[in-house]
Amino acid sequence: MIKFILDILSDPAILIGIFALLGLLLQKAKVADVVAGTIKTILGFVILGAGAQILVGSLDIFRQVFDHAFGLKGTIPNNEAIVALSMKQFGSQTAYVMILGMLVNLLLARLTPLKYIFLTGHHTLFMACLLVAVMSAGGMTGVPLVLVGGAMLGLLMVIMPALTQPFTRKVTGSDSFALGHFGSFGYIAAALVGKVIGKKGRSTEDIKVPESLRFLRDTSISMALTMGILFIVVSLVAGPTFIETSLSGGVNFLVFSIKQALVFSAGVYIILAGVRLLIAEIVPAFKGISDKLIPNAKPALDCPAVFPFAPNAVVIGFMSSFVGGLVAMFITPALGLAVIVPGLIPHFFTGATAGVYGNATGGLRGAVFGAFVNGVLISFLPAVLLTCLGAIGFAGTTFGDTDFSVVGILLSFVMRAH
Amino acid sequence: MKIMIVCGNGLGSSLMLEMAVKDVLKELKSDAQVSHADLFTAKSESADLFLGAREIIDNLDDGSRKVASVKNIMDKVEIKAVLEPFLK
Repeated sequence: MIKFILDILSDPAILIGIFALLGLLLQKAKVADVVAGTIKTILGFVILGAGAQILVGSLDIFRQVFDHAFGLKGTIPNNEAIVALSMKQFGSQTAYVMILGMLVNLLLARLTPLKYIFLTGHHTLFMACLLVAVMSAGGMTGVPLVLVGGAMLGLLMVIMPALTQPFTRKVTGSDSFALGHFGSFGYIAAALVGKVIGKKGRSTEDIKVPESLRFLRDTSISMALTMGILFIVVSLVAGPTFIETSLSGGVNFLVFSIKQALVFSAGVYIILAGVRLLIAEIVPAFKGISDKLIPNAKPALDCPAVFPFAPNAVVIGFMSSFVGGLVAMFITPALGLAVIVPGLIPHFFTGATAGVYGNATGGLRGAVFGAFVNGVLISFLPAVLLTCLGAIGFAGTTFGDTDFSVVGILLSFVMRAH
Repeated sequence: MKIMIVCGNGLGSSLMLEMAVKDVLKELKSDAQVSHADLFTAKSESADLFLGAREIIDNLDDGSRKVASVKNIMDKVEIKAVLEPFLK
């Protein structure tokens, strides 16, 4: 019997299903919804793992080709990928830290003036995963790991929205919601850069941005395109001989590269589908509980919530951030760090948001330079973070957004000092 | 009636808008079904109405489906004003 309970409590898929079940019961959902919601959440976890399996093969091939081409380790920052990989090892700890973090968030919002409820469920999951990975690499395990991790997660869930709130108010022109996205340090940097160098008056919204760039919003398409270009460039440098003799089993090296790029994108798509199912029941439950317990709670939302307030800054910020990432790609190896190949998803979402914040404080110039600084940060910081992740850091991927890196680096520094 | 909420990744902002839409529907006493997806998936799904931020929804607006957009995904007054004409 004890073994039975222990097995349940240490299987992350079932564990997260139980949390969803409790959330649904607390909200007095209909029986059919309770059953469906619980099953969907568990399926989400299983799908997440399946996506990781597909992705890891293509990632490994990219690493080998990149290594052969440049004699350097190339790393693609992708939150979904690193989380899916590290969940295989730390799934149940991550689930406990995530749920405890949400409880601490509720408690802090109830008791302190920081009334933020962090509703970006996938970022809660990613941050839980980062904390567990870094603390495990530092030698922490078991109950202390879960307690410390949960407390830190809960703190971050109210502190980061609070730090960005002065600028978020400027972006939205109201106080109706906060930003709940762990790219905050990049956005704060962008807003400060905008303040210092920006000219008031000319906003990004006064200029015309070509409509043809709109298809970039379709992340699956734009990711397949950029991964394709990356794979082809790296394969051309590595040369056909190496790829066709040791990797592709004789298949033409360009055909093989394009296929691998598509496999990578399919893997991320599957992982995203898994994450979507995983959080779809837990987030509404979390919000339902907070609505009942916390008067005047302020929702902290995912970053695209600010996009409609400056749609041009979204496109300009993405491109400017990507340029920053390309520049940083040449700087990090010179500093003895891993090469961070600019990842599309981090640059799109955080670059766009940095553009919106830079525009709010410094107009067009603020958007361009603010997002550029964000782009440099999300290459440089993940390169440093890689050295803190232990064995997981060798898989060829890492966390993208700034707060994961800043928190991971600081935490690892503190743990080493002890 | 089936309403599909769309955002870039189908993870965060579409889920939040879905929660707000459900509250509004309850208020309007509508029994419409609501779900959320990313842009890529939404293109191959069917629904009576696709709802999201304008720059996302523009990608779906090819004349083959009904679309509507909101600016502030937490503003229930705006959501209500956008939804009401479609519910009649």
